[in-house]
Amino acid sequence: MNAIPQLRLKLNLQRPNFALDVDLSLPSRGVTVLFGPSGCGKTTLLRCIAGLERAQGQVILEDHVWQDSTLRRFAPTWQRALGYVFQEASLFEHLDVRANLHYGLERAKPQAGQALLQEAMALLGIAHLLDRRVAQLSGGERQRVAIARALATQPRILLMDEPLAALDPERKQEVLPWLERLHERLQIPVVYVTHSVDELSRLADQVVMLEAGQVIAQGDLAEVMSSGELAQRLGDEAGLVATGTVVELDAMDQMARLQVGALGIWGRDAGFRLGQSLRVRILARDVSLSLSQHDDVTIQNRFEGVIEAIFPDRHPSQVVVRIRCGQHGLLSRVTQRALRQLSLQPGDAVWCQVKSVATIV
Amino acid sequence: MNPAVSTETGQAIALTLQLAACTSVVLLILATPLAWWLSQTTSRWKPVIAALVMLPLVLPPTVLGFYLLVWLGPNGWLGQWTQQLGWGILSFSFSGLLLGSIVFSLPFAVQPIQVAFQAMGPRPLEVAATLRARPMHAFFTVALPLAKPGLLTATVLSFAHTLGEFGVVLMIGGNIPGQTRVMSTLIYGHVEAMEYAQAHWLAAGMLVFSFGVLLALFRINRPRDRGQP
Repeated sequence: MNAIPQLRLKLNLQRPNFALDVDLSLPSRGVTVLFGPSGCGKTTLLRCIAGLERAQGQVILEDHVWQDSTLRRFAPTWQRALGYVFQEASLFEHLDVRANLHYGLERAKPQAGQALLQEAMALLGIAHLLDRRVAQLSGGERQRVAIARALATQPRILLMDEPLAALDPERKQEVLPWLERLHERLQIPVVYVTHSVDELSRLADQVVMLEAGQVIAQGDLAEVMSSGELAQRLGDEAGLVATGTVVELDAMDQMARLQVGALGIWGRDAGFRLGQSLRVRILARDVSLSLSQHDDVTIQNRFEGVIEAIFPDRHPSQVVVRIRCGQHGLLSRVTQRALRQLSLQPGDAVWCQVKSVATIV
Repeated sequence: MNPAVSTETGQAIALTLQLAACTSVVLLILATPLAWWLSQTTSRWKPVIAALVMLPLVLPPTVLGFYLLVWLGPNGWLGQWTQQLGWGILSFSFSGLLLGSIVFSLPFAVQPIQVAFQAMGPRPLEVAATLRARPMHAFFTVALPLAKPGLLTATVLSFAHTLGEFGVVLMIGGNIPGQTRVMSTLIYGHVEAMEYAQAHWLAAGMLVFSFGVLLALFRINRPRDRGQP
């Protein structure tokens, strides 16, 4: 069997008060989110991949060895076929939008580059901005142009360093849909740095969680988000993230039923259409447990499952329970006392009552 | 005014402008890489070089002129070298004057360019590198255009500063009409000869000209309006 093409990272960087030490293999498709609190080293890791920081170790993308300290090889950034989107506006102020977009194109293969740029411009909706000066663009427009500019160089990987962090919430909502479109269409892997759970749940396929320069978890988004071990760190954000399909619309009550694996979940209809695919989050704090099925409660979503494991939570009064419902792992945050009163244990069958469902288009 | 005087004045004006123009051009070429190095380096030699570059700002021009005179003379190390190269002795010539002006105005050229490079920070060049630009290409297409206000300031300041130099010129130029006599030394000559009327005309002319040059610089380098469309 051929080795699956991938991004191999084995990096070590020593700084005063900080050390980055990671050993990772990332898939060559989809969006991998580097996630963690500020100062955990996620931006530094991204800069190391790009060669903007000089770390010891290996960076190998598919069959290209970008750096390998054992071979004393270190390709400078300009020799690495990558696209990089910086956190704050990084467009060249002395050039207009068109010239900014063409800056990277000069060194790409002209034919393919032109086509790629046209595609990127359409994908990011910036064709009408071409003749503007950079100073005339809004923050959101600048980031969209910066992404298109990075894509025009025909990168083999796209690195994005908190591209929305410098934008106000309104602008963020303006750019996010474009990123989601990008996610659907892009053929190259994306490594995306963020500390926002919202961006993580909307964009990620894979998650790498970092803390103090070390990887503390890596895996599929759903797996990592619903792993009880991380509930303490994720706090209120812990819970299931999964992709579902709209299968039923109730026009009278303005509700929609989403099929998420074996689970049929009723939620608010935010203008969905049948067959639409969207992401669903069920937070641990919104799930309560009972030993029998009740029909006399207001809660619409009830699923039967089996307790898999019980994890300590931030506050000693709470625990996080992982319940297996079909192929999904639901998390529920309950009190120690309730756990004792119902004498819940791994292996017990329970009913999960889901108070609310956050849907993300 | 008799014709001899006006010829003398004309020659001095032409020579002064020529000297200032040559100095600005040479300094722009010399100071840009030097300022770039000073803005980027972490070398332990940086303070030494930075101090040397700034030295002409604090030294009396006569000290500078004196050393140049000695070094450029027939027994000086620079003089020996220029003779070996077949350039002869540079003191009391236009070339010597040019060399003196370059050294004298160096800080005025390096400082604004260095500040411009430092102000842009490392980000624009990192961006250029992620867009596959070689460091040299990035320097010419990104760093230089972004430092344009600094380059312009450097050029204008070296030009204006050369117009006003006196001590160095007197020491190594020797005030030879048509060869090394510039405006400032001509004015000095007029004053010594009690020709206050001529001195007045020249002094006022230089005042107005220098002010005009600096005014133009500050108008051009005004920050642009950054309004939304």
